[in-house]
Amino acid sequence: MAETTTTAAQSGMKPGRRPGTKKAALYAGIALLILLVPIYFQAAPGLGFLVRIFVIVGIWVLLALGLNIVVGYAGLLDLGYIAFYAMGAYAGVLIGQATSGVLGGATYWVMLIPGALAGAITGIALGFPVLRLRGDYLAIVTLGFGEIVRIALNNDFLGLSNGATGLPRGSEVMVQPGMIDWLSSNVHFMTPFGGEFVFTSNVFWYFVVVLLCLIAIVVINRLDDSRLGRAWVAMRENEVAAAACGINITTQKLWAFSLGALSGGVAGVTFAYVQQFISPESFTFMESVFVVCIVVLGGMGSIPGVIVGALLIKGIPDLIQGLAVAGVFKVSGDVNSMITGYRFLVFGLLMVVMMAVRPQGIIPSARRARELRPEDERILEEEDQQMWDVEHRDPGPVDHP
Amino acid sequence: MPQTVLSVDAIHTYYGQIEALKGISVHVDQGEIVTLIGANGAGKSTTLKTISGLLAPKTGTITFLGEVISGMPVHKVTERGVVHVPEGRRIFPTMTVEENLEMGAYLRNKDPKGVKESMERVFDLFPRLEERRSQKGGTLSGGEQQMLATGRGMMADPKLLMLDEPSMGLAPVVVEMIFETIQKLNKEGITILLVEQNAAMALQVADRGYVLETGGIALEGTGRELLVNEQVRKTYLGEV
Repeated sequence: MAETTTTAAQSGMKPGRRPGTKKAALYAGIALLILLVPIYFQAAPGLGFLVRIFVIVGIWVLLALGLNIVVGYAGLLDLGYIAFYAMGAYAGVLIGQATSGVLGGATYWVMLIPGALAGAITGIALGFPVLRLRGDYLAIVTLGFGEIVRIALNNDFLGLSNGATGLPRGSEVMVQPGMIDWLSSNVHFMTPFGGEFVFTSNVFWYFVVVLLCLIAIVVINRLDDSRLGRAWVAMRENEVAAAACGINITTQKLWAFSLGALSGGVAGVTFAYVQQFISPESFTFMESVFVVCIVVLGGMGSIPGVIVGALLIKGIPDLIQGLAVAGVFKVSGDVNSMITGYRFLVFGLLMVVMMAVRPQGIIPSARRARELRPEDERILEEEDQQMWDVEHRDPGPVDHP
Repeated sequence: MPQTVLSVDAIHTYYGQIEALKGISVHVDQGEIVTLIGANGAGKSTTLKTISGLLAPKTGTITFLGEVISGMPVHKVTERGVVHVPEGRRIFPTMTVEENLEMGAYLRNKDPKGVKESMERVFDLFPRLEERRSQKGGTLSGGEQQMLATGRGMMADPKLLMLDEPSMGLAPVVVEMIFETIQKLNKEGITILLVEQNAAMALQVADRGYVLETGGIALEGTGRELLVNEQVRKTYLGEV
């Protein structure tokens, strides 16, 4: 550890984080929790559906981590991010269905590659034409792009997507990873909490999604401290100055777009194989908005923030609905439909309150929090005032020193 | 015969339909300080932006050390040693002073030793920056931010340093300090192209100068010649 710290200092980057014992304990606690959660809920009678919710939340964490690269690090507002998710999902299913005869139980794992590539290539394809755009203009173009992808899928583009009916077609089924069968018939035991634990497909997907998220987190964490990550911060804070430092703005933006999209593609394939079915309905503008909200609510550029954001925005509504359906709290049909109906109202209110009270997000990244510190703003304002005063002074005689 | 490092040949640059530069020709020789002076909107900053690649000229060529650089993107121009310190102290506000300087050396990632030396040189020149090396760029005073922007430009190990309005909005004492530094940098062998509204100061330190008016060059000469020129005195030095 000491060695990595010195190299980090030598290369002039941020000093390496030395995880103290406290931090190690925290990580161990989180690991244990991640491991025990599915076992507990799977075994508890009537709560098995929670594992499923965690799988979905995990997929959204993956999505949000990807968008976080684009929005949080590179500072490019992308409102059509769900298009990459869709591309990954459709590529994974189309290619998967064509090759599953050969690949069998390995289909999902192999499909992660075309899924990721489909995302990344779409990211670059979108990235090129919009490189010159910034802020609101970029947001609008990406929004349009997301809609184009969805509409193309809906219209059975090139006869591939099977329109609104979705994939797989007719009587086709998607091949599940081979491990699921083996695990569910061989891994089962009585838990100390009571109830029998069976390693179901939900538990399997839970661990797959956790693994994918962990990989994404490690990669993004490395990026954050890298030359690329630094270039993104510089670009976000001042594009002209960044260019003057020799940063190739074009390449950096394309990297951000393609890496973010790659993560979206992987999430898409996983989503498709978890659901065993995809249709354009899962890739609407609203979903793009949800991902942006997760990133903004959690804290732009912050990995823990994004995870908390996904838990709140994707997890809680599903949880409430799931609990209601499972009959954990006795609610009438009216209340149930109220929960579904008022979800967006509460969600909207939550966003408004958040932006007013804590604009940097629930768990902001250290740098982002600094960007929003009021005392810095005061200094900058004073500066602006000074600049203004000087620029607007009487053009009297210039002093000769 | 001093070697010409930069030669700008009849460039025309447009902002959309508006012709901002109407055939500007400028040359800078090795080891010189050359200044572009003129009123607001004369095209001084546009000239610098065109040289550094932030803008592309519609016609005309820019040659640096025998190579045509017009039309190249900014990072390619920077790679060749033409470093632009843009106006308005564009520093990275949430990065520390040290991180800001490191960004200046972005292209020298294969040369950590050289970067370290450059950093020491910057700190020698601006001891103030060394005192504040772990402070955020956004919390520095105006003068310190200008020092930081200039220092960041030096970190790229420039052959030609282009400074855009380094004295803008600064207190007179700080302005003097900045100009002293420019002369020091020049003595260390860096060729400098300086854009200034503070014509008096700029002409005093410059070997040669060009007076820009509405996108064209109205006058050129040595710093001394321009300082005593009747027209310059009237228009830019505020003397009646």
